[in-house]
Amino acid sequence: MSILNRIFNFYLNGFKEMKVGKQLWLIILIKLFIMFAILKLFFFPNFLKSNFDSDQERSDYVIEQLTNPK
Amino acid sequence: MENFDFTLIDWSRGQFALTALYHWLFVPLTLGITFILAIMETIYYKTGDLEWKKITKFWMTLFGINFAIGVATGIILEFQFGTNWSNYSWFVGDIFGAPLAIEGIMAFFMESTFIAIMFFGWDKVSKGFHLAATWLTAIGSSLSALWILVANGWMQNPIGMQFNPDTARNEMANFWDILFSPTAVNKFLHTIYSSYIVAAVFVVGISAWFLIKNRNVILAKRSIIVASAFGLLFTIMTGFMGDESAREISKTQPMKFAAMEGLYYGTTNAPLVAVGILKDDPTVENPKKQDFLVEIQIPSALSYMASLDFDAYVPGIYDLVHGNEEQGIMSYYEKIERGTIANNALADYKLAKKENNIVLADSLRTNFENEEWMNSYFKYFGYSYFKNPHDIIPSVPISFYSFHIMVALGGYFGVLFLLILFLSLKNKLHTKRWLLWVALWTMPLAYLATESGWVITELGRQPWVIQDLMPTMTAVSNIDSTSVMITFWLFFVVFAALLIAEIKIMLKQIKIGPNEGGH
Repeated sequence: MSILNRIFNFYLNGFKEMKVGKQLWLIILIKLFIMFAILKLFFFPNFLKSNFDSDQERSDYVIEQLTNPK
Repeated sequence: MENFDFTLIDWSRGQFALTALYHWLFVPLTLGITFILAIMETIYYKTGDLEWKKITKFWMTLFGINFAIGVATGIILEFQFGTNWSNYSWFVGDIFGAPLAIEGIMAFFMESTFIAIMFFGWDKVSKGFHLAATWLTAIGSSLSALWILVANGWMQNPIGMQFNPDTARNEMANFWDILFSPTAVNKFLHTIYSSYIVAAVFVVGISAWFLIKNRNVILAKRSIIVASAFGLLFTIMTGFMGDESAREISKTQPMKFAAMEGLYYGTTNAPLVAVGILKDDPTVENPKKQDFLVEIQIPSALSYMASLDFDAYVPGIYDLVHGNEEQGIMSYYEKIERGTIANNALADYKLAKKENNIVLADSLRTNFENEEWMNSYFKYFGYSYFKNPHDIIPSVPISFYSFHIMVALGGYFGVLFLLILFLSLKNKLHTKRWLLWVALWTMPLAYLATESGWVITELGRQPWVIQDLMPTMTAVSNIDSTSVMITFWLFFVVFAALLIAEIKIMLKQIKIGPNEGGH
């Protein structure tokens, strides 16, 4: 059996034989879904990336904020 | 100050604090229990005693639960950097980028390989290979904490960078200066050692419960010996590193140091308040000595803590605000003037560039390349946002109590570990039921101590997000405060649900015990 097959089977059997681990993986998957599919997508856009097109514009904006805060 | 939206700032701070404090409920146990597991498995490896294997597997299951619930909660902090703290993220960009990228790569490789071998590899890989994976998980966990603590150390003591006035970013000038900054090194060691204490208290507490219930007695007795010896060692080490940290804080963040002790007037032979209850919070406008309802002092100990010299002068809050010529302390008034010169230079440079005034722009730019000018003016850049120096003082009660709670609990843990270890080695611990109950109820105190450590680190630094360079109020993004409020409560609900899930699963596994449980 190739090394890749052995590694694959190692993980596969490990997941199959889990007891409390199955419940924990479910929680991890739900958590990751909430974080990336809901929070990141709808609530946490990157402010500078989504409002400005270039690094120059971002720099100008931040300098404006630092020297003339509003 | 009047230009800032404090509703937005307060909710952004509250949201970040909620996330960081929640994330920090899981990290210390992960950092510490992996080493306890490695020690237990090493004993199994050396002796071949299957009871030690059972013990290791039981604690490994509890580690797995804690790890699963806590994993990735830190990523939410990175979401917040980009959304709520965009000015800050841009300003620190290059400094944070490298350490956080290294942390992400390390964590990925560690979690996908060594932890998998730990959980899936029993009886499938050799005993030695499995043991190596357990040790590498322990070492890797602590090393992955290094990078975020290096980044935090830079926020406390920004060094090793060059500010670029064209981009408004701090660029890394010397990676090694940042990595081996005394602040970062002390912070890393103090944080991981104190995390090991949390794990030791956790193992001792649950084992004590088994002894109270007269269940899994061999597991409980053996676990207590390993965990209390481990806890005692790292309580001592944490104390040493805390002492080093305090000395560093007295140099780089003297206001935080003064606030931690409620010291308003500087003095030589400054006493350390070992135990104290503040009576009121004097102001610098109406200065008076800090009054205490209860106060137990150790003479000259604060001077020694700050400078390893009992006669050394320790500046108080009043001295730092008003300056002290005799002691060579620059006043906050002077720092505000210097910071304003730096801020105006940046504004003038930007205007000169916009108006295509190349001669003026070049002349102003040379300031930002001149080390002496940077140390004389830009070093105080953040002070330019304040008119009243009293706004640059952190909350004295929060700083004082969080520091003293952390230190007092650290001392208590040391005494408890010593007593428990002594009685365990005499095989008398199981007869002292009162002590077993004390050990059990010490578990929440370990979390209180470690969270207090973060409170003094972060709130004691206020109003700065980056010491002297960027106040918290200028770090926030110009976004709608309502969206921050909504996500605050959203996090609150999600975090509460996850915490309840963890506690329920953890309690179920503890009740099941090592015989029928499993990963």
